[in-house]
Amino acid sequence: MKAAPFDYIRPQGVAEAIAALQQENKTVSLLAGGQSLLVLLSLRMAPVDLLVDISRLEELKAVSETPTHVFIGAATTHAMIEDGAVPDPSRGLMPRVASAIAYRAIRNHGTIGGSVALADPAADWPACLMALDAQAVLLGPAGDRREAVTDFVQGMYTTSLEQGEIILGFDIPRLPAGTRYGVAKVTRKSGAFASSMAFVVERGEGAPPSVILGATANRAQPMPAVVAYLSQHAEIDEADMRAVIGADLNIVDPEADAYQRRTHTATVLRAIREARGQC
Amino acid sequence: MVEHPANGWIGARLLRKEDARHLMGSASFVADIRMAGLQDVAFVRSQMAHAKLRGVTKPDRHRKRVFTHADLDTVQIVQAGPELSNFRQSPYPALASDKVRYVGQMIAACVAPTRAQAEDIAEAVTVDLEELPAVVDVVAATRPDSPRLFEAWPDNLYIKSTVTEGDVGSLASAPVQVKRQFKMNRQATVHLEGRGALAFWDARLNELVIYLSTQGAHVMRHGLAMALGLPENQIRVIAPDVGGGFGGKNRLMPEEIAVAALALKLGHPVRWIEDRREHLLASVHARDHYYDLTIWADREGLLLGLAGDVFIDSGAYSLWPTGSFMEASMAARNLPGPYQMKHLRVNTFTVATNKAPMGPYRGVARPGACFAIERAVDEVAREIGRDPVDVRRLNLVASHQLPYRTAGGLLLDTGDYHASLETVVNMVDLPALRKRQAAGEPDGRAIGVGFAFYTEQSGHGAAEWTKRKSRVVPGYESATARMLPDGSVLMLVGIQNHGQGLETTLSQIAAQELTLDPAAISVRYGDTATGPFGFGTFASRSIVFAGGAVAKASRELLEKACRIGAHLLQTDVANVRAEHGAIHGPNGKVTLAEIARAANIRQELLPMGEQPLLEVTATYEPGDSGGVFSYGTHAAVVAVDPETGKVEILDYAVAEDCGTLVNPMIVDGQIQGGIAQGIGTALYEEIPYDDQGQPLATTFGDYMVPCAPEVPTVRIAHSVTPALCTEYGVKGVGEGGAIAPPAAIANALRDAFSSIGATFNETPLTPRRVSDAVDRARNGRPTP
Repeated sequence: MKAAPFDYIRPQGVAEAIAALQQENKTVSLLAGGQSLLVLLSLRMAPVDLLVDISRLEELKAVSETPTHVFIGAATTHAMIEDGAVPDPSRGLMPRVASAIAYRAIRNHGTIGGSVALADPAADWPACLMALDAQAVLLGPAGDRREAVTDFVQGMYTTSLEQGEIILGFDIPRLPAGTRYGVAKVTRKSGAFASSMAFVVERGEGAPPSVILGATANRAQPMPAVVAYLSQHAEIDEADMRAVIGADLNIVDPEADAYQRRTHTATVLRAIREARGQC
Repeated sequence: MVEHPANGWIGARLLRKEDARHLMGSASFVADIRMAGLQDVAFVRSQMAHAKLRGVTKPDRHRKRVFTHADLDTVQIVQAGPELSNFRQSPYPALASDKVRYVGQMIAACVAPTRAQAEDIAEAVTVDLEELPAVVDVVAATRPDSPRLFEAWPDNLYIKSTVTEGDVGSLASAPVQVKRQFKMNRQATVHLEGRGALAFWDARLNELVIYLSTQGAHVMRHGLAMALGLPENQIRVIAPDVGGGFGGKNRLMPEEIAVAALALKLGHPVRWIEDRREHLLASVHARDHYYDLTIWADREGLLLGLAGDVFIDSGAYSLWPTGSFMEASMAARNLPGPYQMKHLRVNTFTVATNKAPMGPYRGVARPGACFAIERAVDEVAREIGRDPVDVRRLNLVASHQLPYRTAGGLLLDTGDYHASLETVVNMVDLPALRKRQAAGEPDGRAIGVGFAFYTEQSGHGAAEWTKRKSRVVPGYESATARMLPDGSVLMLVGIQNHGQGLETTLSQIAAQELTLDPAAISVRYGDTATGPFGFGTFASRSIVFAGGAVAKASRELLEKACRIGAHLLQTDVANVRAEHGAIHGPNGKVTLAEIARAANIRQELLPMGEQPLLEVTATYEPGDSGGVFSYGTHAAVVAVDPETGKVEILDYAVAEDCGTLVNPMIVDGQIQGGIAQGIGTALYEEIPYDDQGQPLATTFGDYMVPCAPEVPTVRIAHSVTPALCTEYGVKGVGEGGAIAPPAAIANALRDAFSSIGATFNETPLTPRRVSDAVDRARNGRPTP
């Protein structure tokens, strides 16, 4: 389990990293925290000619705040979010999610940008950032652009990242006072990837809730029927809720078997109950 | 320095001598060894479960760095398995010759200055395999239409045998008959340190030196000598710090043979360090039992007898020395557990499949047998509507019946089994749990409590191992006690410490006998060049056998010291006694240091005719070599989410008796550690194979090992019934913790869902299996 030979550079800035990404006839990969990539390299499952190490770029650790948003740089580690070392737009949701990612040793290295870029269907950040209506901020040879994380993450290990593009970070709207949320995650054991994961964020004031299901076969995504139901019902009826979740599952995770459907149903229900204070 | 305890060193809660170097990171494992000219080995392994090996193409650039079966033509295949004429031979070449029989089997060895470079070369080797149908399912493998692993065999059975007692035929009309299938799936041994071997030819000593992470250096030397065709005095095996083994480092493995053979061929040091993927693919695999059983009882729940079939999925080859044959016989013989049933008929099938070879793992066979019988007892209890605890009370062997020969032929020796059960029932406060269950949980989870009783045979010597037809009969252990001129002691033992604190416990025993402080005694092991022959650590034998050998050698050494001391004190030896490191006579004392000085470097001070040196080599076997039995009852309290199937262990209690405790802290550590692994078997660890024989858990991303959050702090109650035939009354304690957790936890799940009758008969009880079982029961569907 040793990686095949590869070249390695540590660019001095994002521009240099973007230039390095545009080499013809080479498989180039960005290295951030390396918590997924290095494993794949060691297993020789993802051959790479050149690793571009961006883990120490200060530009990617930038954090900024406005009254309405917090921008978190892509190279921010899970541990920094867990520890409150960066501002929290989410009223405690993001630190809580961070604290339940894998193990502390992984959280010390793994980054939020790396997690979203890999787009593992069972990863925590894509689902969480979707629930927070976050925007991915990207820079590439053609300049910068922004895209909702919900659109940026397209499928299993698939994003809209273009050749030469780098995720700079995420622009995350602050949750308003009075927001209620619920999170539920089922893993085979502590530290394992999720078997199911659900986020419910109710911002109040008539705004429709965000309901995101993660750890589906394809990618984390919204559950529109649940959103509609919650928008219309102050009190939830469990039997109705289960039926509505089931309807969404037919669309967001159509290949799920009976166990996966039960687990998804359980996490969504638990997240709703927490958000509604009914747990 | 610990103050000398009033009651002596046996029973002292001494901190481990080993701790400092491990905590400081200054221990020395095989992978820590650096050597000039050292090169690394990476193996090309089969990616198919079953195939003809038509050829291996070496990359041109690295032709001299790649070695196949033909290149290691001096290596002999060593016969393995029990010495039974009807046990079929499964010749296992270090590198595959004409066939591969499991994914991960070694085909070629690649040598390079670094492991990464060796892996680069391995990637460039082309292997031509012609795929054959894979044998995967252990029951289907025994059918006539199954493909066969070995052309010379008429089927896929290494051996089948039957264990019989009484007449199960007489039970046909018994009022209660429960038929169940139980499955304990395949797992790895997952020691903290993987396997590893480093070998080189020592020209000065004209010998091959092999650093090996092993549980038994001396026995491995014997096996390596046969494989390499070298005399044993030209092989030195050194086991440095060994980071766990649990059985997984107690078989002669092809990697080790290949590394030794390469060192002979290449003339420079070579090493192979197992990585985790190799460990999960191709190290010793374990468990993998399937039981199809019928148990009979009367209306009160009195167990009458048990019959059925046991299938052991032994994988593709027998590992030297004894293969996995013991799995079947031990499973069958342990199936009656501690219960008074009279009738038994168990057919066992030890089956060859296209999976990695099976070897021993902490508990050997008994976790499966305990799971089957303890689950079956609970099923009988549910069938007749009684509490499982009451059914156990009715059937457990009573202390006045001991020694008691079970229907499986095990002679249970001493203890109070009922007291163990009652103690643990009190520890978990069963009435309070029943109330809590009745009230229900606010979070919707179900609460259950399960019990499981186990026995742990230890200290079994020649009588037992010859009965098992063992190729190597580990009937004794050895110790050389050597007192140096200043009165300090080297205690050279044939046993191997692989993390269980033997440097500490054995020095406590020597200190007890020699009236010294344990700090004055260095316990040395793991080097065939320096220590006496011994069999190594397994079968919960170390404290009984090595402890006994150390006691005996120490005592004999002290006798000589008394003779010399008496001479120096000018009194008769009958008038002296040893105390606090000195020999005391009627008119004064002489320290052991003074005596040692006389014995080693001032022999003019010795009595006439007394030989110099204070050195004794002793071997030890307990008076009765059928074995002594530690035992205990485990209780698990679980909370289960019925929908996701997620299990949380709320409480775990043990009431156990392992005879006299030499170091209670180390005993507690053994129990806690064993239970951690038992929880792994119960809830997490599994190497599934698909229909083509591809293993589906080859990294820790898929192979789940319990970590700190999954392992509760176990509450332990000890009672002490000293064994009758061992030194100090000790019994082994290495394995017991790992035996009962699958049964206790599965019974707790059964209890949690008793109202709907969900059953939990297959480990590990993953969230999926638990959720599926609850769903089936809720919808009235049968267990598949």
